[in-house]
Parts: sequence; structure tokens; C-alpha cells
Amino acid sequence: MAAVMPAPAASRLFLSGNEAVARAVWEAGTRVAAAYPGTPATEMLEVLSTYPDIYAEWSVNEKVSLEVAIGAAYAGSRAFCCMKHVGMNVASDALMTLTLTGVVGGLVIAIADDVGLSSSQNEQDSRFWGRFAHVPVFEPADSQEAYAMTLAAYELSEQFQVPVILRMTTRINHVKGLVVVGERASRAGAGFKKDPARFVMVPGNAGRRIPLMFKRDGELRSAAEQSPLNYIVAGSDRRVGFITSGPAFEHVREAFPEAPVLKLGFSCPLPFDKCRELAALVEQVVVVEEVEPLVETELKARGIAVVGKEILPLQGELSPNVLKPAIARLLGEPVPDIPPAPAKVFPRPPTMCVACPHLGVYYTLSQVRNLNISGDIGCYTLGAGHPWQAMDTCVSMGASMGIALGMDKGRGESDKDKRIVAVIGDSTFLHMGMQGLLDMVYNKANVTVLLLDNRAVGMTGGQDNPGNGRDIYGEDAPRVDFAKLCAALGVKQERIHTVNPYELPVLFKTVRDEVKVPDVSVIITDQPCVLIKDYHKLKPYEVHDDKCTGCGNCLDVGCPAIHVTRRGKQTKASGREVDLAFVRIESSVCTGCGLCLQPCAPDAIQHYVPVSPIKLMTKGGCAV
Amino acid sequence: MSTTSNILVVGIGGQGVMTATEILAEAAIALGHDAKKTEVAGMAQRGGVVSSHLRFGPKVQSPQIAPGEADVLLAFEAAEALRWRHMLRPGAIALANNSRLVPPVVELGLFDYPEDPIAAIRAAGTDVVAFDATSIALELGEIRLGNTVMLGAIADHLPFPADDLLACVLRRFQRKGEKLVELNRRAFEAGRAAVSDAASAA
Ligand SMILES: Cc1ncc(C[n+]2csc(CCOP(=O)(O)OP(=O)(O)O)c2C)c(N)n1
Repeated sequence: MAAVMPAPAASRLFLSGNEAVARAVWEAGTRVAAAYPGTPATEMLEVLSTYPDIYAEWSVNEKVSLEVAIGAAYAGSRAFCCMKHVGMNVASDALMTLTLTGVVGGLVIAIADDVGLSSSQNEQDSRFWGRFAHVPVFEPADSQEAYAMTLAAYELSEQFQVPVILRMTTRINHVKGLVVVGERASRAGAGFKKDPARFVMVPGNAGRRIPLMFKRDGELRSAAEQSPLNYIVAGSDRRVGFITSGPAFEHVREAFPEAPVLKLGFSCPLPFDKCRELAALVEQVVVVEEVEPLVETELKARGIAVVGKEILPLQGELSPNVLKPAIARLLGEPVPDIPPAPAKVFPRPPTMCVACPHLGVYYTLSQVRNLNISGDIGCYTLGAGHPWQAMDTCVSMGASMGIALGMDKGRGESDKDKRIVAVIGDSTFLHMGMQGLLDMVYNKANVTVLLLDNRAVGMTGGQDNPGNGRDIYGEDAPRVDFAKLCAALGVKQERIHTVNPYELPVLFKTVRDEVKVPDVSVIITDQPCVLIKDYHKLKPYEVHDDKCTGCGNCLDVGCPAIHVTRRGKQTKASGREVDLAFVRIESSVCTGCGLCLQPCAPDAIQHYVPVSPIKLMTKGGCAV
Repeated sequence: MSTTSNILVVGIGGQGVMTATEILAEAAIALGHDAKKTEVAGMAQRGGVVSSHLRFGPKVQSPQIAPGEADVLLAFEAAEALRWRHMLRPGAIALANNSRLVPPVVELGLFDYPEDPIAAIRAAGTDVVAFDATSIALELGEIRLGNTVMLGAIADHLPFPADDLLACVLRRFQRKGEKLVELNRRAFEAGRAAVSDAASAA
């Protein structure tokens, strides 16, 4: 992204939590920021890449991004790194030892928990990392706090030479609110000062750092007790007092404006005395936290009586209408009216884009029989859905490789003759898949890998990556050669094929041939994501109604530009009754990829010829 | 009792729902309100359901509108209006573009599209004004004006004057030339008129 003039200090801006954090990172004089994309964290780095005087990068995975930030912090510069919750699983190996060395320049790690799973494979609670790694955790409740806490986190990080985790959730990252911004402070890096006893974590050195970490824990707890980020909101209704953090604070205030509340902003280490102070004010304390009962468990272990997940859900977002009935029941009061039930309307699961190159891959996989398909994470995970149903597992990024290998080695009687296929996207392959492929080669697997190179991190909005030869600023960068990379990992040259996923017969033949070979094969598809600038639209198609026989073969491609106009039934010569679906193509959105005409026997799909501008309009269904 | 206004804007990924809410928020902020805007979008970029919540007033706490508490519903698509009807408080109105966007799961025969979503909303006891924003935009010569038509449609159902919203809409196009400003002004007024005509006909 191109640099823009940042809004002047004292501006009051309407910012998402992500934009607010990015602004504060920049104002803090941070010099290095690194991340791997992941919803809902992605925009922090995207926005930072538009600011001047800061180095931003897309790293190949979260562990590398954290290591880049650690290096910069060791060199005495302020550094930033952000990721979605599952990203820290990948980065945690570095985090768990970083806590022993500590930092020189301030280091803030923003972790975005996808509470409610709007686009993730699980719902883990990142506040655990603070406890596990003995590092402080800040939890903002809105954009203004996200901004202010980021600045405060840098101060604390340098004061205690410790990385600070900023725990966000989707409801912070993606909510917009008003933020008053400030000035950027320019800070030079102090420079790296060699200190092996601190920075070389061999057992002896590390062993001497552990007591320092425990000592720091105590100091940080005192800091949390004193911190203005932890404060009690007075209230006149003393029947229940609340201890809460993050977006749950706003929900508590909305639902119980008269209740006393302890708002935890600096929530790890937990300020026990502050919690006792609240408990002394009220008849009983309820802990309101998303997702796990972390604060609750720690308070109970300290002998502070609280209620928590006994009455509140362990999964998903909290909201005033979750809290109100729970507290009413606790107090033995009448439960407020249940809100009206939604009407039953068909679901709208996410779909692949019109002309997506993955359509050709899944159409092909759905036509080849006897496969077990180990899948991965990206837009291509949608291949598990209708109409293809051509993905059988999806666990974590890069897992398609190891799981395929395990399925091969662990075959049961029923899948003795099954062919094992793994499907992985380019960005996922570079993130965590390469190691799995090497493992397959080394351990002589019988797996066919489909490597879907669409030159983008499609799922998270088409970010650049080493697969497309552009960096975060859109500037040229060395581009990985996937065929050479696979060969270097040991895949035999004759087992590596690069195919165009829009040429169905070639793709079909390649897949069918390779799954029969008892070896590791890699089939690379090489057409760009339709959302990036490398994609070029072609002339649209339309259906000639007089030729359409209603066979519905084109619908099996799964392109959202194909619509059914009418249905019917036909009795075959064999006496079997089949369903018919006559179709039309929404020519105003069709970009002419030509996939749907390949399975069309009667040649009913042909280039669209506009009759008059009006025709295109009245074909209807256009998005407003 | 509550002094917070709750506006719910819904549709499908790619329709411009979030931009429309953003402009509504700008208008509220320009009038001195605190405001929060949040989406339940998921992977909406790929054809999923989008619902965008805007709350404004002297001080907004929770960004989400609770079911049964929206003051007005602006729907970019007919079935989406039905999906979110229950979010309205009793007596509040739904404003719906009556275009139908049929998803692949319906094309594949796995689910049915409701026969008449607007009638179903009425049958559930909610006041609804339906209009054809898509055709209005096309008559003005540009499908992308649909977003401004939708904003015009809600303009007389806000706790501030329609002109304040119009000013915010037009500000977005100022740098792109007088012609576009004028087209958007017409689209806005056409949306306003469509709602008041449909309402008085009903
Ligand atoms: C550890 C981790 N980091 C990030 C993500 C978010 N994420 C999901 S898929 C994906 C990458 C998809 O890119 P690619 O593999 O190229 O497939 P495409 O979506 O382009 O088809 C990302 C970044 C995640 N799920 N897990």
C-alpha cells in the first residue's frame, strides 16, 4: 500500500480497533512491524504499511513475524507483531523463551481472538498465553482504549523489559468508534548490545533467567494493582458487582448501569487486591469474561468467592441479552421476555467467487472416485461444501500434508484401495506446508498433492506473499518458484506437473494418472485469484435457452453466476426419472472463465451478445 | 427511555452494506453524537450474510443492537429483510429493496427462497416499505448508485434531518466531480421518494 499523510494530532477519528492500534503503534515511534494475515487481525499491518517511517512486512508465518519483531526489539527499536488467535500457536515456541530474555526496545504483540468464530477453525482464549509465558496482558474494550492501551503497553514493555500482549477480540478489531489521536514520537534504535548471558538461551543461561521471570511476575502484579487501566466504576445497586474485561465490560455497563464494576484493562497478572476491593462493596461478585473461566478460576483459587461460568456460557460472545436473564435467575427475579425468534430463512454460506480458479480443481476432484481428501485452510476449504463435497479434513494451516501422510500410513481395511490426496493453497504451503511435504518425501508417502497457486492469500482479502512476487507495499519482490521448491524438497521431477485449472480435461487426466502412482506427486495449478490485479476478465457467456437440456452438469462446477430458471423431470429410456434444471448465466457478473461450458453436452453456453443495454439490466439480480 | 438510536443495515457481502452504515455513522458523528458501528460479517466477502449495526447517541456502550431493539431496518435484499425482521422493536419499520439475490444453495435445490419475503414480514406484523432500488439506480444510468438510493430511502426515518445525511453522502463524491455529485443527489432523492410513495400507497 502507498504511504498516505496520517491524520494530524488531536483529530477525532472514527476508527476500528485495528486502525486505532495501528495509529498508536506508529505514534509510539515503532520502527518494525511484522505479521502474517489472519482475520480479524489483518488490517493492523495493512494500515501500518500506509504510514511513513516504519518498516512493515508480511512474514511467511506468525512465528517468523514474531522473530522479526524480537530481533528489532533486541536491537533496541520498538517493534510490533500481530496475529489471529491461532497464529500464536505457531509463534509460541519463540514467545516461551522470549519471556526469559525479555526485550530492549518495547515489543507489543496484538492477538485477535475470534470469539464467536466468524471466520476461524476454533475459539481459543489468548489470555492463557499471559499466564503460560509470564507476560502482561492488556484488554481494550473499544477503539479509544485499543489506541491508549497500545501506547501504555509500549511504556510498560520498556519499563519491565518484557513483551506485552494486547488481547483483542473480533468485537474490538472490527468495531468502529471515536478516537482522539496524537503525535508521533520519533525514536532511534538503541543498537544491539551483545550480552550472551541474556540473549543466548542455552540451559545454563536460561536457568539463571527463570528466577528473574518469577521476580518480574510479582513486580508486574504490583503494577497491575496500581494501574489506572484497572478501575472500579461505582454503582448504587450493590446486590451484584461485576469483574469484567474487553468488550464484555461494555455489555455489563449496558445491561446493569447501576451496578459496581471492576474493569480490568491490565488483566494479567491479576490484581487480587483490586478484586477484593470490589468484593467488599457488594453482596456477590459475578465474573463476566469471554471465553474461558480464567479470572474466575484464579479468584476461586485465592479464596475469593465469585460466580462465573456456572451461569454464563463457555462459548461465543456475551451480550446484554445473554447477561440480563442469567443475572435475573441468579437473583431469583423474573426473567425478562425472551426476544422474538428469527424467521426461518435459507442459509447463505460463503461461496467461491465467480470464475475462481479453485472451481476447476473441486469440479475435478468431485468427478474422480475413490479419494480421501486431506484439506487445508483457505478459500479452497469451501470445497468441502456444495456442490463439490470434495474435502474430508481441515484442522490447522499446513496440516493437509502430515494428515495425508498419516492417512496413507495408517490405512484401515476399508481404505486399503483409496487414493490419498492433499489440497493446499500457495500461502498455506509457504506458511507451514513445506515441512510436511518434505516429511512425505522423506518417509516415502503415497500421496498426490494439489498445490493451488492463485498468487494471493485469497481468504483474508488477497494480500501479497512470496508466491506472487510483491511485498506489502506492492513493490516487486523475489517470487518463489513452486515447481523448483518441490523438486528441492525431493519430489521427483516427473511427478511435478503445472496445470491450468480452467483446462478441465488436462487437470482431470493429470489427477487420475497421478493418484495411481505410488509416490509423492505434486500438481500445481497456476491461475491467479480473481480478486487481485493479475486476474484479467474475459468475454462473458450466456445460456441459449433453446439448447439447454436441463441436465444441470454446469451447476456441478459451482459458479455463483449460474442460476436455475426452471426445474422439471424427465423419464429416461431405462424408466429412471431424473430431475432437470434449466439455467441462465448472470452475464453481468460472468468473466468468461469457460469452466461451465466444458461439461455442457448440447453446447448451450456461448459468448454473450448484448442486445441492448436494457437487456443486461432487466436480466435482474444485480447487486445493489 | 433509551436515548441511543439503533440502525440496522443488512444485505449480502459485496452489496455495499458496510459503506452505507459508515456514511450513516459519519452523519451522526457530524451532528455531535457518540457512535459505534459493528458488523456480523464472517466471510461475507464471499456472498455471505452481512448485518451492520449502527448505534449513536450521547454515549454508546455495547456496539451490538439486541434483538427486538432496532429502530429501523434497511435491507438491501428482500429475503435478508425477512431474516432480520425480528431485530426491530415493536412498531418499528423495515425498508427493503425488493430485489432477490438467490444463493447457490437454493440453485442446487437444497433450500427454498421464500415465495414473498415482503408479504411474510407484513404477516409477522411488521410495517415494511418495499421498493426497487436496483431499477431506480439503473434508470439513473448506473447500478452503483443503488447505495445512494438506499441511503435516500432511510433518510426520513432517522432522528436527524434528511439533508444532514445528504450532505455526508455528497461529500464523498465532491472530489470526483460535479456530475457525480448531481447524479448522487438525484439517486438520494429518488430513494426518498420511492419510500414515501410506497408508504402513502400502502
Ligand atoms: C495459524 C493461522 N494463521 C492464519 C490463518 C488465517 N488464514 C486462513 S487461510 C489463510 C491463507 C489462505 O491463503 P492460501 O493458502 O493461499 O489460499 P487461498 O485462500 O488463496 O485459496 C490464512 C491467512 C489461520 N487460519 N491460521
